[in-house]
Amino acid sequence: MSLVESQSEDRQSEEQVRYLQANGRELNSKFGYPNNTIKTSRYSVLNFLPLNLFEQFQRLANAYFLILLFLQLIPQISSLAWYTTVIPLMVVLSVTAVKDAIDDMKRHQNDNQVNNRSVLVVMNGRIKEDKWMNIQVGDIIKLKNNQPVTVSTSLGCGFFFFGLSEYKGTLLLLLETNLKVKQAISVTSDLEDNLGLLSAFDGKVRCESPNNKLDKFTGILTYKGKNYTLDHDKLLLRGCIIRNTDWCYGLVIYTGPDTKLMQNCGKSTFKRTHMDRLLNILVLWIFLFLGSMCFILAIGHGIWENKKGYYFQDFLPWKEHVSSSVVSAVLIFWSYFIILNTMVPISLYVSVEIIRWGNSYYINWDRKMFYAPKNTPAQARTTTLNEELGQVKYVFSDKTGTLTQNIMVFNKCSINGIFYGGVYDKKGRRVEVSEETEKVDFSYNKLADPKFSFYDKTLVEAVKKGDCSVHLFFLSLSLCHTVMSEEKVEGKLIYQAQSPDEGALVTAARNFGFVFRSRTSEMITVVEMGETKVYQLLAILDFNNVRKRMSVIVRTPEDRVMLFCKGADTILSQLLHPSCRSLRDVTMEHLDDFAIEGLRTLMVAYRELDNAFFQAWSKKHSVACLSLENREDKMSDVYEEMEKDLMLLGATAIEDKLQDGVPETITTLNKAKIKMWVLTGDKQETAVNIAYACNIFGDEMDGMFIVEGKNDETVRQELRTARDKMKPESLLESDPINTYLTTKPQMPFRVPEEVPNGNYGLIINGCSLAYALEGNLELELLRTACMCKGVICCRMTPLQKAQVVELVKRYKKVVTLAIGDGANDVSMIKAAHIGVGISGQEGMQAMLNSDYTFSQFHCLRRLLLVHGRWSYNRMCKFLSYFFYKNFAFTLVHFWYAFFSGFSAQTVYDTWFITFYNLVYTSLPVLGLSLFDQDVNETWSLRFPELYDPGQHNLYFNKKEFVKCLVHGIYSSLVLFFIPMGTIHNSVRSDGKEISDYQSFSLIVQTALLCVVTMQIALDTTYWTMISHIFTWGSLGFYFCILFFLYSDGLCLMFPDVFQFLGVARNTLNLPQMWLIIVLIVVLCILPMIGYQFLKPLFWPVDVDKIMDRIHLCMRHSLSPPTRTKLKHASSRRSAYAFSHKQGFGALITSGKAMKDKVFKRNSSPFKK
Amino acid sequence: MTWSATARGAHQPDNTAFTQQRLPAWQPLLSASIALPLFFCAGLAFIGLGLGLFYSSNGIKELEYDYTGNPGTGNCSACALADQYRAPPLRCSCAWYFSLPELFPGPVYLYYELTNFYQNNRRYSVSRDDTQLSGLPSALRHPANECAPYQRRASGLPIAPCGAIANSLFNDSFSLWHQRQPGGPYVEVPLDRTGIAWWTDCHVKFRNPPLVNGSLALAFHGTAPPPNWPRPVYELSPDPNNTGFINQDFVVWMRTAALPTFRKLYARIRQGNYSTGLPRGSYIVNITYNYPVRAFGGHKLIVFSNISWMGGKNPFLGIAYLVVGSLCILMGFVMLVVYIRYQDQNDEDEDEE
Repeated sequence: MSLVESQSEDRQSEEQVRYLQANGRELNSKFGYPNNTIKTSRYSVLNFLPLNLFEQFQRLANAYFLILLFLQLIPQISSLAWYTTVIPLMVVLSVTAVKDAIDDMKRHQNDNQVNNRSVLVVMNGRIKEDKWMNIQVGDIIKLKNNQPVTVSTSLGCGFFFFGLSEYKGTLLLLLETNLKVKQAISVTSDLEDNLGLLSAFDGKVRCESPNNKLDKFTGILTYKGKNYTLDHDKLLLRGCIIRNTDWCYGLVIYTGPDTKLMQNCGKSTFKRTHMDRLLNILVLWIFLFLGSMCFILAIGHGIWENKKGYYFQDFLPWKEHVSSSVVSAVLIFWSYFIILNTMVPISLYVSVEIIRWGNSYYINWDRKMFYAPKNTPAQARTTTLNEELGQVKYVFSDKTGTLTQNIMVFNKCSINGIFYGGVYDKKGRRVEVSEETEKVDFSYNKLADPKFSFYDKTLVEAVKKGDCSVHLFFLSLSLCHTVMSEEKVEGKLIYQAQSPDEGALVTAARNFGFVFRSRTSEMITVVEMGETKVYQLLAILDFNNVRKRMSVIVRTPEDRVMLFCKGADTILSQLLHPSCRSLRDVTMEHLDDFAIEGLRTLMVAYRELDNAFFQAWSKKHSVACLSLENREDKMSDVYEEMEKDLMLLGATAIEDKLQDGVPETITTLNKAKIKMWVLTGDKQETAVNIAYACNIFGDEMDGMFIVEGKNDETVRQELRTARDKMKPESLLESDPINTYLTTKPQMPFRVPEEVPNGNYGLIINGCSLAYALEGNLELELLRTACMCKGVICCRMTPLQKAQVVELVKRYKKVVTLAIGDGANDVSMIKAAHIGVGISGQEGMQAMLNSDYTFSQFHCLRRLLLVHGRWSYNRMCKFLSYFFYKNFAFTLVHFWYAFFSGFSAQTVYDTWFITFYNLVYTSLPVLGLSLFDQDVNETWSLRFPELYDPGQHNLYFNKKEFVKCLVHGIYSSLVLFFIPMGTIHNSVRSDGKEISDYQSFSLIVQTALLCVVTMQIALDTTYWTMISHIFTWGSLGFYFCILFFLYSDGLCLMFPDVFQFLGVARNTLNLPQMWLIIVLIVVLCILPMIGYQFLKPLFWPVDVDKIMDRIHLCMRHSLSPPTRTKLKHASSRRSAYAFSHKQGFGALITSGKAMKDKVFKRNSSPFKK
Repeated sequence: MTWSATARGAHQPDNTAFTQQRLPAWQPLLSASIALPLFFCAGLAFIGLGLGLFYSSNGIKELEYDYTGNPGTGNCSACALADQYRAPPLRCSCAWYFSLPELFPGPVYLYYELTNFYQNNRRYSVSRDDTQLSGLPSALRHPANECAPYQRRASGLPIAPCGAIANSLFNDSFSLWHQRQPGGPYVEVPLDRTGIAWWTDCHVKFRNPPLVNGSLALAFHGTAPPPNWPRPVYELSPDPNNTGFINQDFVVWMRTAALPTFRKLYARIRQGNYSTGLPRGSYIVNITYNYPVRAFGGHKLIVFSNISWMGGKNPFLGIAYLVVGSLCILMGFVMLVVYIRYQDQNDEDEDEE
């Protein structure tokens, strides 16, 4: 693959400008553009074996064992038979190969699926169906709207397009979740869908070479001798979805790897977990330890050979090449290196991989993370990060689409001073909307949107009654907007709204009987209570950020000129006619109520215009439109002239729907001491509003800091003020962290955790963040922000999101997780230790770059607290046990050296060494690390505090490793000296000897296996049937293998390889042997039981107390206590906000506004 | 990666206990009610077992004599001196006189013990050819490389049995004489030299090569005995069932010891009058002193021992059991005290809460 890449890079470096001709395959083929085949797979059937082996031996561990194998083949130092390394190595390699093969097979399937998807190509005047992989540069293809042609991002190619249908040659393009307007150049859109003309089209395109800039494209189309410029508005990118047009034709410009999407994918950086790094360090430690042990033993050997071996030469002469004890010692160093290599178990890395793999599958299989409406299960796209999910400390979240659904729902309104939308029960009390709440019946309206639900019947009754102001209110909603409608089937309207807010308002109007049916640039057709009316659209008074309102002027069928206006209440209330002052006061009160519930509000007003006045204004308007200087100002002056003396109609309240369970999830995560940072491109007000709604900020918070400085100094001041309040001593010179930082520690250094004196929140906007992220301020920002419970960063660019994540990653020794759904989150998803993509949205960029995907934010809770926690615990248990069992296993050799003349004599049978990690102990430890649960999911979710140990990596760190080492040393001592003491000068009950080497081996190895099995039994807290089978089965299996390996037949067939004939029969029936085993097991296990028992008593940590409570409940089989903390009546800061995105306005610019007023009230709709 | 084309719910994961990690399971808890009794029970059981083991080991009688012959330690010194200039070893005899005031209860076993002899040295212990010893004719003449330098004689003849272990075969021999009454004649006590090796060893693992013309000597034709051996392997014993590779002394020697100090069974005393043990009286052990050990500081011992249900005399296991048992009980008390104290403390804490 790297070869292909380098080739294509070569080609690209040569290719400065790209030439191509439409319908000119022959010409284009000369340039050798790549075809549209996608290849993400790595292997083919033929090259799998060599390539995979090559890749595997690039890993240090495998290469190490290969070297070890060569060492073993040198007869002078070989202390172990060659097969003790070859067999495990083969197994490890083949397990990895099988896993790689399965992964690659999936990739092949995906590739095939993508490559074989059908596409319509214009060929010789006909439309032909072809496969995607056959598309070439210069082809003209047809895309349809209602076919899932570009549903998948893995499809398509970059092309510029021409022929278009309907909507006056406009096309809405869905790139990620944002609609973009694209328009074909006129010369090609004139071709329409005339296939003859299309296939005869022979325009030549000269354009830039493939690059990854999504928003930039320059090219020149030469057609019939004329040049036309092509910019990025003319380019449809791979990964887009076409909307709002029936079809379009396009000329293929980039294919396959050249497309902007593929160019943009970038090389995904391979993420490594903290545990991986720790493992590498530990393996290094082990190496040093191993080296020093070998050194000690080699010296011992030298001394022994001098003192004893030299005189023992009568019976054991030195070898010819061994001239002195020093040479012998050097050789023995390597011999011991071979013997003690099991300290670094060959199967460590492959076992870790298998465990992560298995635990990833649990995520894929989790039904509670499956989202039925979109049919999307959670997916672990990376299988190497699992245990890090149990260590997350910081969560960086996007807002729109992640916390919220990006769905706006018309929730309440106030019309003419009357409040609508509240839901009351029979006794007149306010109730929460639930599944059972009866919806309003809109059956009287055939054009109603069935998905719309509203719960207050009084409003419908008012509409039916014909209440004039209510009618006018909805009429204005159905007229004053920039929504476009589509009506494929009679009566089934589909609105294409630029912002979901607008869509919600128009949909509401539609359901209440004022159906916006279609529009042209001059007409708006509205069905009013079943009666079709056509309004003449006279003017649209644009939205902009200053005006915070939009208006339309229409001529009604009754020939009245009306202005309808909607906008932020702060603005609109100033523009009202004095006569509606009392109405305004009532409405403002309602608006306050809406704000408290966190709803987005707008005021709606109208004005009836005098025809003459309008004509006069219209002239001024056209003058202003045409003016070249200060056009903006002049326009807004003209607008202001018109938008005054408005008559108030009422106000709307739209709910920005949070995803299900978001507040609960965030509360849970907070309890798990996970810090939430919201990084959003949205406005401050919107973001803060949502932060309150989803419990990132609570009312119990002690303070809130807003950083909005416009230069270095103010930002610094604001940050320091915030810190002063949270932890005054942190500003003092004497503060340890300050002292530490002033010593200018070498990078990389870590900023220690600081504890503030309360719960605080920080809000910072993108502009200030730009300053704060600069060199000298970033530590200030980090220290301040990390002390806060929640941080909101608004108006962020995608790059800043990544920078913030990087900042925390760089200076804090924590695990970060970024979650988002859109293309603007990709950078932060890639930057964070763990990237989570919300899938199921149309845009898949985030998902494709993420490590885990699911479709609902609330799954994060399960991902971290259940799967993450389990994965972490399992991994830690696995590592502790794995190191322990290998230390206990290997170090026995060390002790034996002192009694065998440091001669590299092994304690065990070679077959036992071969099979120990591979067969005898692999299944129990796999069972432990795939099935173990300290507490089940219910408890994990109920007590988020249980998550805490992972964040501080308490269960496996260097200290724990040293404990394993000490434990291993202790066990090996017991394992060696008890049998030694017992068999020393001892005989069997029939007088024959048992102090022979082979019996000793058998006793020690059997005892070892019993000890490690008991140890894992002690570590296992969740005994499933499989655990039983694995654990006891392995022990039983050992005895079976033992009798097989020591059987007469096998030993006689290969007397040199199987030398332990009859040892099992002669030794296993000895009472001494079993007494030894019992003694060893007790000596090794009872202290551990004592330690486990005393540890929580002597050094209790928070988790122990919680575990105690859980165990208490479990023993009495109680259900988890529902921890409904009484929530205090909250005073909520609310603000009005509107999710308006600019850039849609090539056709119609809409006006939206927001109100940023602060209210404090006691009620909270989001808390139950 | 597309969801559009598939049916609703098609991707829903299976609802099995395995995939949902809800496998029924037993979740044992390490509570005080388990841990404390465990310690006490284990302690008591161990002390009981330990006492049993200790007494049964103590009941075993052992009689040992170091005949290495360090100057002034007996009449083997002369032989020991000769041992300095060994190879080929001189035949030298010495004796050990001892008397038993009472019956030495049988069955009595006669062992020889070597100290400081590293049979477990790796180079030593691999220096053998199990294929040759299993009687394979091809291997007989082609000893394995591990046997070097005792693979072939200088003449090029293959050594059978090859290797350092075989070469260093222990070749002292003992005979036991009993004098019933003081001044009476010494009667030779019959030593049973068979049945001293593992049955599997001398019947399965070690086999002579197939006889040639009914003669074992011919079967070994073309091989040479190890350099230290005065006789070829087929003359180890006149008994045809106990000669060659299946000679029991040889088989016992070839089962290498795990530790540098080891005992090997020399003979069993169980015949005639001596089946119940060695009666009281004076005894002589006549020793044919061949085997040189003083060069490397080794010792040779001769040991008479009888045996209980759990083997020979070795107090280690009994003492270990007693110590561990006591420690268990001690730990149990410590844990009990700690538990009660912290339990109270925790209760108080909870009350405060």
